[in-house]
Amino acid sequence: MSSTSSVTAIDGSAREGGINWSAVYKFSLTAIAYPLMGIAVMVALWWLGGWMIANNPDTSSFADFAPAPAFARLLDLVANGYVLEATIPSLERIGLGLLWAALLGVPVGVAIGLYAVVREVSHVPFQFLRMISPLAWMPIAVLAFETWDGAIVFLIAVAAIWPILFSTAQGVRRIDPLWFKVAKNLGADGSQMLRRIILPAIGQDIFAGVRLAVGVAWIVLVPAEYLGVTSGLGYAINDARDTLEYDTLAAMVVVIGIIGFFLDGICVSMIKRLSWHAEG
Amino acid sequence: MSTNISIDYITHTFKGADAPTLKDIELKIQPGEKIALIGRSGCGKSTLLHMLAGLLLPSEGCVRIHGHQVSKPSAKWNMMFQKASLYPWMSVRENAELGLVFAGKKDPAKIDYLMSLVGLTDKADANVQSLSGGQQQRVALARSLATSPDLLLLDEPFSALDAFTRSSLQDEVADIVSREDLTMVIVTHDIDEAVAMADRVLIMSANPGRIVGEMAVDLPFPRNRASVEFSRSREQLMNQFESLVGDADLEHSQAETVDTNKTESETTDAQKAA
Ligand SMILES: Nc1ncnc2c1ncn2[C@@H]1O[C@H](COP(=O)(O)OP(=O)(O)OP(=O)(O)O)[C@@H](O)[C@H]1O
Ligand SMILES: [Mg+2]
Repeated sequence: MSSTSSVTAIDGSAREGGINWSAVYKFSLTAIAYPLMGIAVMVALWWLGGWMIANNPDTSSFADFAPAPAFARLLDLVANGYVLEATIPSLERIGLGLLWAALLGVPVGVAIGLYAVVREVSHVPFQFLRMISPLAWMPIAVLAFETWDGAIVFLIAVAAIWPILFSTAQGVRRIDPLWFKVAKNLGADGSQMLRRIILPAIGQDIFAGVRLAVGVAWIVLVPAEYLGVTSGLGYAINDARDTLEYDTLAAMVVVIGIIGFFLDGICVSMIKRLSWHAEG
Repeated sequence: MSTNISIDYITHTFKGADAPTLKDIELKIQPGEKIALIGRSGCGKSTLLHMLAGLLLPSEGCVRIHGHQVSKPSAKWNMMFQKASLYPWMSVRENAELGLVFAGKKDPAKIDYLMSLVGLTDKADANVQSLSGGQQQRVALARSLATSPDLLLLDEPFSALDAFTRSSLQDEVADIVSREDLTMVIVTHDIDEAVAMADRVLIMSANPGRIVGEMAVDLPFPRNRASVEFSRSREQLMNQFESLVGDADLEHSQAETVDTNKTESETTDAQKAA
């Protein structure tokens, strides 16, 4: 958001010849200063929490939670490859879970958006299933899947499917009925209607759903990785807790937050790319 | 190639409606004819046009084009709407080409020709959302013409445009229809538009929708709106319209119907008459 507005501002100033200082000022404020201030506040609160923990005799053994030891540990863990090693399996599981969620959620969402009958029949079961915490599926997932990995991917997919499905359905329902009429008139068959009209029309809605799905999937991932597996970010956190390495634990929390932030950024840029709404 | 169309006693009742919307409509359209369909709001003009396009099937009777019953939409009879309904994720050119893409017969030369025909050559790669309303309707026209239709169906295509754009587009479309040897049916609320574009004007009345009269407009194209003949045709059509459907409406307003739809249509018509 801020980067686009800054680009136009800089373009504008270039045209006038010379640097538009007020635009540069605005850019540095929105793109650099404000985020840095946010981060500073967050770290300050964290530091304060760490300080209180360290000064309380009951909790002082958790003192490594504080920012300084955590960041020091984080640098070590990045350097020795531990972070990468933990991240890759987690991203694979997230990716597979989201893929399944999209492969099922998008077609079902399109059908719900297009056909009132499907919408009405599916309403009660879907609203019911949606309300079940994905973690409540854990015992079933463990029974149903031979591998722990399979169970984790299933849990992520169960969490991720709903936002994708409902956002897709909503996008389809918002399509201008005239777009269907015109395409039909121009000779579109069913698959052409889907590929050339429906999917491009709802691309941004699908990715808005994926964005929400990434959020819940990322939340479900960590507890799901407490299950049997011996890899991934959730495992790393659990392992750090068991071995009382609180600096590692805090460092992994930071890693999870940063990766989540970037995944969200990817979704936002996909939404932007697929959006056909006129600017402004 | 042009087309002869016959509408054989169409009656149509919408699902759930207790009275028919259209009743016993019978009509023959000769190849190359330009027909205007006028009538009050809600009398069933759009419904009839959808049937010509195969987008709606009548509950009784049928439409025949070239003797073949119209049972589904076809790119051979193309409809244009009040809204241009362009696809915003496609460029001007891609919009115009869509019918050919559906048919698997891309034809860049033809699109080039159509772009110049509608005066949008330099906008061919533009985003359709950056175009004016009139330019958007030109794209929709090019899109309709790309599949080489025999029949062009226009449902108030210019009513959202300003007066200058509207009258120039009326002339352009009438000219293109003549040059490309198409048959045209245009639905309009606008007496001027009917006189400017049609060889024959059909007057529809409501409840149930039926064709109650017609008038030939025997003026050469391009039509000069400032000419005496044009004014005379216009006046003649206005009088005929008033005598055929105007009185019925007067009765309604005297009876003070509470139907909001009716009241609305009366206001617009009162404004038009003024
Ligand atoms: N899908 C539908 N279901 C039920 N009734 C309909 C439907 N479409 C139209 N009607 C009704 O049929 C009648 C004719 O509608 P139509 O749209 O053909 O009128 P119109 O002459 O084109 O009006 P306007 O000039 O306002 O566009 C109206 O009373 C309308 O309410
Ligand atoms: Mg209409």
